[in-house]
Formats: sequence, C-alpha cells, structure tokens
Amino acid sequence: MPIPMKSQMTMIDTDKTSRLSRFLDNDVVWSFTHSPMAMIAGLATLFFFSVALFAPIIAPFNPFDPAQVMLWDGKLPPAWAAGGQSQYILGTDDQGRDLLSTMLYGGRLSILVGLAAVLLGMVLGTTLGVISGFAGGLTDVVIMRIADVQLTIPGILTAIMINGFGRAFLPIEYHNQFAIYFVIIAIGLSDWPQFARVTRGATMVERNKEYVQAARVIGLPSWLIILRHVLPNVMRSVIVLSTLSFAIAIISEATLSFLGQGIPSTTPSLGTLIRVGNEYLFSGLWWIAFFPSLVLVLLVFSVNLLGDKLRDILDPKLR
Amino acid sequence: MTQLLDIRNLCIDFPMRNLVLNAVKNFDLQVNAGEIIGLVGESGAGKSTVGNAITGLLGKPGRISSGEVYFQGENIRDYTDEQMRKLRGRRIGTIFQDPQSSLNPLMTVGKQLVETIQECLGLKAKDAEARAIELLNDVGIPDPQSRLNSYPHQFSGGMRQRVVIALALAGDPELIIADEPTTALDVSIQSQILKLIRRICDERGLGVIMVTHDIGVVSEIADRVAVMFRGELVEVGDVNQVLRLPQHEYTQNLIVAVPSPDKRLHRFTCVDLIEGEAAQSKIDVQSHWLGKTNAGVEASVGPAIQVKNMSLAFRLKNSVFKSQRTFVQAVDNVSFDIQQGETFGLVGESGSGKSTVAKIIAGLHFADTGDLSIYGQKIGPKHNDLARRHSRTFLQVVFQDPYSSMNSRMNIRDIVAEPMRFHRLTENESQTRQIVDDLLDHVGLGKTAARRYPHEFSGGQRQRIAIARALASRPRILICDEPTSALDVSTQAQILNLLRDLQDELGLTMLFISHDLPVVRQMCDRIAVMRHGKICEIASNEDLFESPQHAYSQHLLNLMPNLGAA
Amino acid sequence: MRYLFGRLMQVGLVMIIVSFVSFSMFNFVGDPLSSLLPEDATAADADRMREALGLNDTVMTQYGRFMTNAVQGNFGISYRLKQPVTELIASRLPATLELVAVSAVIAITFGVTAGVFCGIRPKSWLSKTILSSSLAGVSLPTFVIGIALIYIFAVTLQWLPSSGRGGTVDLGGWKTSLLTVDGWRSILLPAITLSLFQTTMILRLVRAEMLEVMRADFIKFARARGLTDRAINFGHALRNTLVPVTTVIGMNIGGLIAFSVITETVFQWPGTGLMFIQAVGFVDIPVMAAYLLFVAGLFVLISLTVDLLYFLIDPRIRLS
Repeated sequence: MPIPMKSQMTMIDTDKTSRLSRFLDNDVVWSFTHSPMAMIAGLATLFFFSVALFAPIIAPFNPFDPAQVMLWDGKLPPAWAAGGQSQYILGTDDQGRDLLSTMLYGGRLSILVGLAAVLLGMVLGTTLGVISGFAGGLTDVVIMRIADVQLTIPGILTAIMINGFGRAFLPIEYHNQFAIYFVIIAIGLSDWPQFARVTRGATMVERNKEYVQAARVIGLPSWLIILRHVLPNVMRSVIVLSTLSFAIAIISEATLSFLGQGIPSTTPSLGTLIRVGNEYLFSGLWWIAFFPSLVLVLLVFSVNLLGDKLRDILDPKLR
Repeated sequence: MTQLLDIRNLCIDFPMRNLVLNAVKNFDLQVNAGEIIGLVGESGAGKSTVGNAITGLLGKPGRISSGEVYFQGENIRDYTDEQMRKLRGRRIGTIFQDPQSSLNPLMTVGKQLVETIQECLGLKAKDAEARAIELLNDVGIPDPQSRLNSYPHQFSGGMRQRVVIALALAGDPELIIADEPTTALDVSIQSQILKLIRRICDERGLGVIMVTHDIGVVSEIADRVAVMFRGELVEVGDVNQVLRLPQHEYTQNLIVAVPSPDKRLHRFTCVDLIEGEAAQSKIDVQSHWLGKTNAGVEASVGPAIQVKNMSLAFRLKNSVFKSQRTFVQAVDNVSFDIQQGETFGLVGESGSGKSTVAKIIAGLHFADTGDLSIYGQKIGPKHNDLARRHSRTFLQVVFQDPYSSMNSRMNIRDIVAEPMRFHRLTENESQTRQIVDDLLDHVGLGKTAARRYPHEFSGGQRQRIAIARALASRPRILICDEPTSALDVSTQAQILNLLRDLQDELGLTMLFISHDLPVVRQMCDRIAVMRHGKICEIASNEDLFESPQHAYSQHLLNLMPNLGAA
Repeated sequence: MRYLFGRLMQVGLVMIIVSFVSFSMFNFVGDPLSSLLPEDATAADADRMREALGLNDTVMTQYGRFMTNAVQGNFGISYRLKQPVTELIASRLPATLELVAVSAVIAITFGVTAGVFCGIRPKSWLSKTILSSSLAGVSLPTFVIGIALIYIFAVTLQWLPSSGRGGTVDLGGWKTSLLTVDGWRSILLPAITLSLFQTTMILRLVRAEMLEVMRADFIKFARARGLTDRAINFGHALRNTLVPVTTVIGMNIGGLIAFSVITETVFQWPGTGLMFIQAVGFVDIPVMAAYLLFVAGLFVLISLTVDLLYFLIDPRIRLS
C-alpha cells in the first residue's frame, strides 16, 4: 500500500506572515488573549515553569552541596522575623538548608514528576482510548472494563496503592533511590483511565463522522486514518485534560511525599518539605511548612485556572 | 374572521462580538382566528426568531429593537415578565420540532399534562385529569386513560408529537406557533400530524403560525403563506396565489428550485440568486487530466455494478448468549444491476436499508451473503481484497452531511488532494495542486478556496468541495448518499445541477440514494423502491411515477406533497 | 432486571480481579517465611513451615484457600502488630466510617445547595463568587487544608484538638465518638478537611449538570407552556439532574474513603486509612492486602447502590 511521502503532505508555498496573522485571527487564540483570567493563568504557569527551569541559576544556595549547608544554621526564621539572617530570605529548614533554594529545587522536582506522570498517563490513556473507540468490539469491551473498574476507585488511592505495592516488591534500602520512578509510574497509571474514557468518547464521535468514511472509501488504512484524521480531532480534549491532570498529578505527588511514600527528604519536593515542616509546626517553626504550601497551592491554582479556561475555550462539552 | 395577532415593523437584533446581527428586519404579519399561516424561509432567514419573539422566548443575546406586537388588541411588548408567562400556554401555545427532546423524560405524560392544565386553567386535580384524557383523545392517542401513566420514551415518534400538541393545547390557547413540527418525522407520519393540526385549527378556530423550510408542507396545510429571506418578509399572500404566481424574485427562485414530481427537467432553471454561484472559469473537462480514463479501468461491456442476492443483518443487541442476541435484517436478498452511464436511484424511508446497500458497494460494510461485482470484477468481502483496492480509484462517494464529511483540521487543498496523493495518481506535487485548483474552479468555488478551512464555507459550498474530492481520483462511478438532504431547497437545486452537468461531461455512472421522491424523479433514470431491507419494485423513472406497480410505491407516491395541486 | 444482573456480573468480575491482586501480594511479595520463622530456624524448619502453610501447592489451590479464608474473614496476622488483620480492621472501622459519614453530610448539603443555586442563577454575583472560590478549593491539597486548620484552630487559637477521636462510647462493639461533646470537637476539623475538596467537586458538577439541563428543549417547552420558574427549576430541571448527581455523590463517597487515608494521617485519626499508611511504611503485607480487598468491596457496594438508585429514578432504565 503506497504511503504518501512527508514532503507531499506539507505546504510548500507557506507565507510566514499570513500564517502568523491567520494564527492570531484564530478564534481560539482570540478567546484566549481576550480573557484576562486565561492570560493571568497562562503567565503564572509560565512563570512557575521558568523558575523551575532556571532554579540552579536563581537559587542563592545549592541545597544538595554539603559544603553550602550549615547544620548550625538550621531552623532559622525568615529574614524579616526576629532571629532571621539576611542571607536566608525565607529562613532555613531543619537541616540548615536555605528554604528558598530548597523550594526552588523542590518545585522543579514537583513539576518534573507531574509532567512525567501526566505524559505517561496521557500516552497510555490516549493510545488505548483511541484504539478502543476506533476498533470497537471485544478490544473496546476489555479496555473499557479495566478503565471502568479503575475509575470507580479515586486516582489518589490507586496511586498510593500502586506506589505502596511497588515499594513492597523492592528491598527497603533501594526505596529512596527509586522513589521518584515509583511515584511517576504510580501517578501515571492512576491517571490513564480518564484519558482513555475521554479519547474513546471523542474517537467514537469522530469515527462515525462521514469524513472518516470518506477516508475509508479513498482506501486509507486504519492506522493512517487514526493518525491523520482522528487524532488531530481529539487533541483538543486531550490538551485540556492534560492540563487539569497536571494539576492533579502535582497534588498527588505532594500527597504521596507528605505521607512519606514519595520523594525522600534528601532531595525534597514541595510535599516532602511540607511533611518536614508539619513536624515542627507545634514548636512554632511555621515557615518550613508555610512557604512550600503557599507555592504548591499557587502553582496548582494557576494550572487549574489555566485548565479551566482552556476547557471553556477549547472544549466546552468536556467536564 | 377576527384578528388575533398583528405584528408591525418588528426588528430583532443579536449583538455579537464585533457586529450587530439584524436577524429580523421590519417584519409585518397579521394572523386571524381559524387560519394557518405558513412562515417559510431557508435556514438563517429568521423565521424561528420571529416565533420565539412573539412568545418572549428569544434566546440570548437576541432582543426586539423596535416594532410592536399586538395580541388581541394589546401590545405585548408592554407586558411584564409575569404577564408574558401568563400569555404563554394560556393564550399562545407552542410546538417545537423534536418531540423526543420536548418532553421531560422523567415525568409521565399525564403528570406533565395535569401540571400544565392546573397552572393555566386553575382546575382541581381530578378535573385536570379528566381534561388531560379528553385532550389525548382529541389528538388521536388510543386508550388515553391508561396512557396517562406512560413515560415519553414509551411512545413512538409520531405519538410523541401528538402528546406535544396536546400539551400545547392544554391551556386552551387562541394561537399556536408550530416551529417545524414535522421535520423530525418520517413522511407518512408527517402527513398525519399535518392533518391533525389542520383539524384542530378548524375545530377550535385557532390561529396557527407554521414555521417551516418545506414548501410542500405549506402547500398542504396553509391558508396563507409568508416568505422570509435574510430577515425580511418578501412576500405574503394566499397560498395558491403565491405558489402559482410568485411576485418576488426570491420566491420565484425558491419555487423553481423545488423539484417537481410531475415532470422531469434536465436542469433547474435560474436558481442563482441565493448563493451567488459566481461564474467561474470552468475547465474543458474532456481534454483535462480529469477527463482521461484512469489507467487500469478497462472499457468493459456490461453493467457497471451488479448486486446479486445481497443480505446483511446488524446485531441490535449483543449478548454472551446466542439466543439473547437480536438482529435486524438491514438488507434482505437485494439484487439489481446498474448500467454504465446510468443514474440509478434507491428510495425508501429511513431504516429501509438504502444507505446500507450504498455502503456495501462502497466497501464500508460487508454483506453477509450475496455477490457484488464492479465492472465485472467480483469484489470479495475483505478490506484488502485486490479487486476492492483496485476499485477505490474509480468508485467514489458523496456523503449526506456536508458538516461532518470533511476533516475540519485540514485545509481544502489537502482535503481534495488526499485521494490523489494517497493513490499517487499525479506525477508531482505541483500537478496535484494544479488539478485541485482546476477542480475547485469547475465545481464553482474558485481556486482561492484551496487555502481555506471547511468551517469558512456554507453547507452548499462544502458539498461542492465534497464533490471535488470525490472527482479527484477520476472516478467512473459516483455514489451519492442523500447528497442534498441537509441542504436548503435552492442550494439543493444548485448541487443537483452540478451533479447533472458533471455526469454529462464525464459520463459517470451514478447510484443516487434519497428519501425524497421529487429529487429522485429529477435525477434518476431507473429507480428501486426499498422497504425493510427488501426491494419492492425496480422501474424506469416514468413507469414508477406514472404507474407504480407495488402497493408500497403507490403509498409513497400518495404521501408526496404536490405543489401543482395546491 | 437484566440490567441489574449485568451489573452484578461485572461486580463479581471486579472482586475476582482485585482478590487475585491481593492474593498475589500476599503470596509473592517478600518472603512470608522470613517474617514468620524464628531467627535461628534451619532449612528443615523452613521446609516444614512451607509445607504447613501450603506454599508447595499449585497457585490455584493456594488462591482457593486464600479466598475461602477471606470469605470467612481470615486475612492472617499483621507482621507489625502481631494481631489478626480482621480484628484490626474491625476495631478501626467505626472511626473511618463516622468520619466519612460526617464529611459526606457536610459535602452533600453544601455542595448540592450551592451547585443548584449557581445553576439556576448563573449571572448573580454570589454564583460567580462561589464558582471562583470553588476553583481555589479544588486547588487546595487535603493535607494542606488539614495543616492550616490545625495551625489556626489547634495551635494558635487552641479551640479544638488537633488529633485523636476524643471520648468514645461503646455501643455493642461499635466505638462511637458521635455521642460525646469531646468526640464532636475532635471530629470537626478532620471532617471539614475531608469534605472541603469534595464539596467543591459536587458543587461544580451539580452546577454544570443544572446548566446543561436548563438548556434542554423540554425546559424551553415547559416555559412555552407558561409554567412558573419554580415549577421549572425544581419540578423539571432538578429532577433531571438527579441521575448525574447520584453518580457524583457515589463518586464523592468513594473519594471520601480515598482521602480519609490522608486526613487520618494529618489528624492521627485512628481509622483504617492511618492503619494502611502505617502498614505500607512497614511493608506489612497482610494488612495491605486485606485493606485492598476491603476498599474494593466498599467501592463495589457504593457503585451497586448508585445503580439501584438509577433504577428508581430513571423510568427509561426501569421500564425498558
């Protein structure tokens, strides 16, 4: 069966300026740039991503360099509070690490884990969902039964269980070393049924549209129809869902870490820092828990807001 | 006759993102008691908006910007919201298009009726129930007493619309606004519902505004007709007069565009007003790439398509247990031949299996039993069957719904070029582009369309694009599956003209599927009538329409609305 | 009836799958011998033990035995607490169920009321305020809410206790904290923490559902018949949101059980969730396996109840 070459499928006489103006004229872009909340959410998310990306440059200290960590500087309050030192703007944690720097690295880790987990869930869920919706029949029944069963149990519980059982297979001394992978896999696996459900629904809608039949009449094989026709049309839903799932993944990671089942305190994520801070809350060391919590909530809120607005614009039917 | 409703100079606006849409402009209409007024117009003409404005149910952001609406002498634009609410149901009843979604699915029909009667007439529960039974009886629902306890899903489509009519009558209104009340129904049920509305109007002396796109409906039921075009009332008058001797240019175009079941014309004349079919530089197809036979299509003799004893059953309900599975025989022992260069029609009501036959021939379904041959080549029941693969360049389909038959993420050039690129029919990309441009010119869109996306085009224009795509692989056989049923009449006429021209130029063999007999009358050489998966009758165009043999064909022909008789 | 039968089949399938996972945990994760044998055991001791435990039998026989035991409520002995797992769960179950019940009442009451209000009056400023703050509610991780409440009400203001159940009363083996003032003071913070996220979820879903129904044709037709807003909102719209809202509430109770793991950890609430997290920390396989089966059972029960409610609410299911 002949497959069209890539060069055949791309436009040759693309006029750059008209492409750009066409892009800006697009309804989606217009709605986005004319919604103040969407812009704020987008910029805030962008801010968190850049800070995470440039954490090693921005951070005043390297919290993982033993030479820069002074144990006797531990539990210092923020610079403006009584007893605070000016080089530790937000104070230090229990091990004497600069809290701001640790948070920058921790946020980076949280975002990284969230992205990886969502990517895993998205790829797995979308693939299975599209196959399920397109193939129908027994394949569909089997995939969706599994998804349904998993969907009845909330994601966070699934993640705790997968993570917990995953750890149970491994001797305790390896736990810290592989913790991050377990967390990513656990969250990703707890996430896929959402993607599968949504893409399956969208695929079934698309599959019954006449343009897919037209492609069949032309003779395109199923995989090419999925790739060229179905996938681009379900992508909107996937993008919206990914954004919302990303927020949930960050919360899940933080929750696992808070429960002591996630990222170890040697390389703390935001959740780990909050767990540590929680232990010192009663002794009045409020800042160790407060600042990471604040960052976590702001991060999740911006991503959620972005997802919410994207949903309004891209896919109003999705809930 | 007393005057019920007097609309003067009504203007309705829809303020949008960057413009104000004047949906209705300077609209005047009077409705008398005991008469049915047909308010006709094509999609977007503003006819439903008028109906909604009268009852105060205009969807946001629409608003009446000027004009008066007098109902029984009172200007209802001065009414408060509460007065408007009391106007609805008690004095003006409404019937909507889709009976399926008009009824609350979780409430019994009786409860919905009793609730409405109590609200509007202030009767006691017992009296209201008696009245509900009376109403159901009046709209022709058998055994109304026990049907009170049924839920909407337990009624058939036609019966459900009768319930809706009973509900509209529950408050004893003087005026009924019926918004496309028969569009969602099959032809045979459509005429029953129209007769019911006519009877109720006469018996009760109601005024009825019948909003519809279908001139056939108007000719059958209305006393007077009002024609709307782009938000304006262009003509109003007695039905016979307007339909026979239309005064306004638009009405003339509209009426010419309605396919006549009586005589067969080669083309529809002068229907260009509506969508401005810009005179494009048509290409000389015979000498063009498109006119050359696709290499590999041998000039064979004999029929283009042969169908023998074809059957296909669909599984309605799946179950692990074989005995619990239920099937529907979609196609039942169907046989016919289509000669080369002929237009063969398949007609029938929805669910008759006509589209399924087309899909089997196009390779979208596989028959359980029976043989299919195309140009004498037997086609096996497999996707990758050699003869099937071979057929894909010379057999193409034009689908029904122009809004879903194109991938909205691809531009028109990529859509039209897809068959050429996939089958590598051209020598290089620039030739492909040239052919796409020529094709778009030829179907009346112009080459500028190539860089645009489907959502920028109207339904009729999209159907032209779909036709261009179907032609791109130089087909010999074109299957048209209800190609115009989603279109307005005037656009339908243009598309039918286009198909006719293309057939003349390219000598195409066509399989034309439709539920619309007048369209089939205009388009087809021979016609097969289908019902419940079986073919009742195959006859030539003239024989079928002048002396139908099978009882079902006669029945269908009787139901056909006839403008000439109006 | 066939509909319910189908659901039961599905439920049975779920339980079989989960029990198999649980069994695999039990048998193949770690070495059960090492935790049961004394330090100085010989190889012969190990063989005898293996034989006694039936570890030499085929997998299916072992699974059958596991299921027989499970049905009789026997899940073995906790490695960590050296107590029968069933007793352990039974003693901690009342705490979790009471917490979930109180949270559910809070979440459903506030969530449905606010959701219906926002659905009926989408343009009012109150709806808009509720909706925007609900997005913040969805963004607050449960444990952060818990910590904040503890810091404000327990550490700073010292109004309410930060952990434990307070005074309990024994009602025929069921230890309840809902009959003492102290118990109510203790349950307040965890219940609010647990319900907050679910309240916002219910609110948003009920609102969306309500808005969707308000757009339906039959609402427009009801309007065209001159029915009052009251009759339309409550008689027609609200009833039609009942099916999806029932689903939401079912999911919500499931969510409460899941998040009780976190809330119980934050407030040191002596329920099954806390027990599970501690078991995970110590790789206490029998407890983990039993909790998995137990939770799956609960979820199955919830989803069956929801199905039964559909059956009662929707005539299209009941009468087809």
